Amino acid sequence: MPRALAHTIVVAVLIGLLLLAFRSSGYEFRWEGVWESREMFLRGWLVTIGMSLAALVLSALVGLLAAMGLASRYRLVEALARVYVELVRGTPLLVQLLVGFYVVANAVGLENRYVVGVLVLALFSGAYMAEIFRAGLASIPAGQRDAARAIGLTPWQALRLVILPQAVRLVLPPVAGQLVSLVKDSSLLSVIAVSEFTLAAQQVNSLTYSTLECYLPLAAGYLLLTLPLSALARHLERRFAWEAGS
Amino acid sequence: MNLVVEGLVQRFGDATVLDGLDLRTGDIRALVLVGPSGGGKTTLLRILAGLDLPVAGSVAFDGVALPREETGLRAYRRRVGTVFQSWNLFPHLSALENLLLPLVHVHGLSRAAALARVRGPLERFRLAAEAGKRPAQLSGGQKQRIAILRALVVDPQRLFLDEPTSALDPEMTAEVLEMIGELSREGTRFVLVTHEMAFARRVADEVAFVAEGKVLAHGPATTMFDACPVPRVRDFFSRILP
Ligand SMILES: Nc1ncnc2c1ncn2[C@@H]1O[C@H](COP(=O)(O)OP(=O)(O)O)[C@@H](O)[C@H]1O
Ligand SMILES: [Mg+2]
Repeated sequence: MPRALAHTIVVAVLIGLLLLAFRSSGYEFRWEGVWESREMFLRGWLVTIGMSLAALVLSALVGLLAAMGLASRYRLVEALARVYVELVRGTPLLVQLLVGFYVVANAVGLENRYVVGVLVLALFSGAYMAEIFRAGLASIPAGQRDAARAIGLTPWQALRLVILPQAVRLVLPPVAGQLVSLVKDSSLLSVIAVSEFTLAAQQVNSLTYSTLECYLPLAAGYLLLTLPLSALARHLERRFAWEAGS
Repeated sequence: MNLVVEGLVQRFGDATVLDGLDLRTGDIRALVLVGPSGGGKTTLLRILAGLDLPVAGSVAFDGVALPREETGLRAYRRRVGTVFQSWNLFPHLSALENLLLPLVHVHGLSRAAALARVRGPLERFRLAAEAGKRPAQLSGGQKQRIAILRALVVDPQRLFLDEPTSALDPEMTAEVLEMIGELSREGTRFVLVTHEMAFARRVADEVAFVAEGKVLAHGPATTMFDACPVPRVRDFFSRILP
């Protein structure tokens, strides 16, 4: 059976079951109120995309720095990177957002909640990126560094011409996966009142009292972003798989 | 080339791998290092090739001591070539780009000049048809021959080869040895670690037997293989020579 057909069958069955469940719950759909607020949804959706992308770029930088810190010869630098990674990965994003916004941002006088949101998201995601990059760099065989040194490359040339081009191929698939998580995690920005996609749905819900009519499109809106990203991650993984072997 | 090694010591953690190794060759073209596995051949060759710094001791080729700091060593590595047991080609680049990289980025040739430089050698060693392929698409023998070319196209003073055929099956071993033999006949100077004793006998001007971090015996190939006065070495050869 072709893969596309298999996917279609599974999705159709799921939707069928979902419809049956709605029917037996006796829930009456009223889409008018939600349809009238479609612009709010769209604006929230775009904010989610924008903030996720901004956070991704920033978190790639943070992650690269932290990965280099984790591999550093200097104990203090290594310790700083390690503490950052473990602290962020060991606590909920919700707590980081609340502390980041109400405590840290407040203390330094940062008021723009969009900026704070992107910064906290980037620091959160950067800790995961750091591990992705660290693993990517560590999986380049020692023989590659040897060969780079043997032909007389400088350390910087070795990094640029030999190590990074190989590491990038290794880390691209997990980075695409990280973007999927980032898009979903950004829904928590609603707790610091950033009008992203999830907050838009909550607000429309409180106006129209039509819960499912708000949250079903919300789920669909996230899937619209995450499904292509997941597909991209899988595609990258297949594409780079054959290139292994020196 | 004339090689003088004095009191070479190398340690990894608590393990002393080279234990005051001495070696003094005549003015020769090819030096072959043999000996039991774990005896320190790779460790010695890496120091000779300027890849590692020893804990103590000195190395001099033709009366010139090897630099003792990284910048000087890098300049030294640019003047010699190194070939590894597992070739270590760059997997993200085609065979051709593997050859061009040192020429363009280390030796400052233009791309056109670098291309002109590698064309002849590629054809000569029947590798022109593989030039566009990635390492993963090449046979082991082809990979190792490309690796030898990568070391050779920069016109090095000498080559260092560490068991270049140990990871290959007999047929590919033959094709790689043939290439090294040809280079040897043309006067390429090299230090070779190998277990191919028949080949060693053919190309070596001198053979050094490395074990337990020392050179236990060294001399002309015929003396070493047929009439070595050191029992430990005679014992080794009697077990592996037909
Ligand atoms: N980087 C290293 N770290 C720790 N031990 C090493 C390292 N390189 C080599 N050794 C040890 O040094 C000894 C000699 O190794 P090597 O020079 O590779 O021997 P050979 O090439 O003659 O087989 C071995 O016992 C090996 O385990
Ligand atoms: Mg070895």
